[in-house]
Amino acid sequence: MTEKLPGWKEIPIAGVPFKSSLEYKTGDWRVFKPVIDDNKCIKCLMCNIYCPDMSINVKWDETKSKPLGVYVNYDYCKGCGICAEICPVKAITMVVEER
Amino acid sequence: MLKEEMKLPAEQIDMLLNGDEATAWAVYHVEPEVVAAFPITPQTIIVERFSEFVAEGLVKTEFISVESEHSALSACVGAAAAGARAFTATAANGLQLMNEILYIASSLRLPIVMAIANRAVSGPINIHCDHTDAMNVRDAGWIMLFCEDAQEVYDSVIQAFKIAEDPRVLLPVMVNFDGFLISHTAQKVKVFKDPKVVRENFLGGPRKVVKIELMNQETELSLNPKNPVPVTFGPLDLYDYYFEHKRQQLEAMQNAHEVIKEVHEEYAKLSGRRYGDGVTVPYLLDDAEIAVVVMGSAAGTMRYVIDEMREEGIRIGLLRIRSFRPFPYADIAKYLKNVKVVGVFDRAQDQGMMGGPLFLETRAALYDLDPRPKVVNYVFGLGGRDAPPELFREAFNELVEIWKGTMRPFIKKYIGVRE
Repeated sequence: MTEKLPGWKEIPIAGVPFKSSLEYKTGDWRVFKPVIDDNKCIKCLMCNIYCPDMSINVKWDETKSKPLGVYVNYDYCKGCGICAEICPVKAITMVVEER
Repeated sequence: MLKEEMKLPAEQIDMLLNGDEATAWAVYHVEPEVVAAFPITPQTIIVERFSEFVAEGLVKTEFISVESEHSALSACVGAAAAGARAFTATAANGLQLMNEILYIASSLRLPIVMAIANRAVSGPINIHCDHTDAMNVRDAGWIMLFCEDAQEVYDSVIQAFKIAEDPRVLLPVMVNFDGFLISHTAQKVKVFKDPKVVRENFLGGPRKVVKIELMNQETELSLNPKNPVPVTFGPLDLYDYYFEHKRQQLEAMQNAHEVIKEVHEEYAKLSGRRYGDGVTVPYLLDDAEIAVVVMGSAAGTMRYVIDEMREEGIRIGLLRIRSFRPFPYADIAKYLKNVKVVGVFDRAQDQGMMGGPLFLETRAALYDLDPRPKVVNYVFGLGGRDAPPELFREAFNELVEIWKGTMRPFIKKYIGVRE
């Protein structure tokens, strides 16, 4: 991320967070990124359940009852690899992040 | 704030108190919302006395008996983060056990006050005075005051709350005094007749929590559920912001230098008592050729020796450091710019160091002086080893020899130890 960060005179003291955690994008911690192969995915949603950062989201159909697939929110995904580990059909591979 | 119509200095009564009791009386007069402490010699009397004040209903303080010093300071961190005034006290190994929380208290900018009855750190186990316990935590981001007698302890504990809570500072303060030599030695101590003078007039009532801006709204920097924006204390702070928060903390520590002087001056009006300018305490330095630098109760013994030597026509003076953190390097250079020889006396270990901590920083403070004085180090009094006038007289005589040029300057010497 290339946003300009504020200086020490501009932020509140004591290390208290001054913005919502939604604005704190942890995606730049990532070394490996998960890539999902939609052809292999059986839509079991195990990755969605196990993701510690709620970074694997589900695409639902119009009735919101049937999953169409999953996708990664790379703004917050730290690249821990739990999704790839838990996937029963090895539909998720971890590839080196290129910036 | 002091009221215009108030009669100054405020009415006081004489009491026979040791340093620990003087601390307890100061805390009684401040009446913090929370006191959490674990007993350790030579600090125990502080919390014993204070728990009696609580039991007698003299204060409304929440007194928490905890299972360790780590918990004592942790309880204070929680209380202070909630916006309360908090106090604890410890010594030696108890202070070492607190180490982790010391850094947390200072980085969360919590104005906790802690009394330390300085004691040697085990091992071998020793309960008597030296400053090694405080020196071990000198970089934890706490303001550190060192007192010379029980009266100064009473005065400093009260001042400490005001220094800590100043919006320019917001850092915890450690009030150090020599274990047993001050903590258990009774002397006449003047205390304010009416505790309200301390609580209302000097401190201005309960602690005022500072305001900050979060999410474009003004809110209290505290864990107050009534805050318009909730505040989180102590979250993860990585390479993108940690340095900025440390920079703020370092600025606050620098600000403390002037705030200590201001608070000391205001308190001096209230009490009629002064300790130099609150940061350093000079004695006969105006025309001195030789100066000695020390902290704590040894200063009194040294003044006695200096008076003797002055009668013999030797131009020697003393600079007592009252505020070790922030270290008053510019003031020290100002006071000692005309002296030729400086002897720095450390009552602390210097394991693997060039000299004691007080020596190293004093010597560094004088490095830019031209001409630069000779600065030598004496380590004395470890583990409560007696430091009588004769011990200092012998060392001061060496400083005179160095001044005359009849003795070569050295780096450090251990005095009062059997060869």
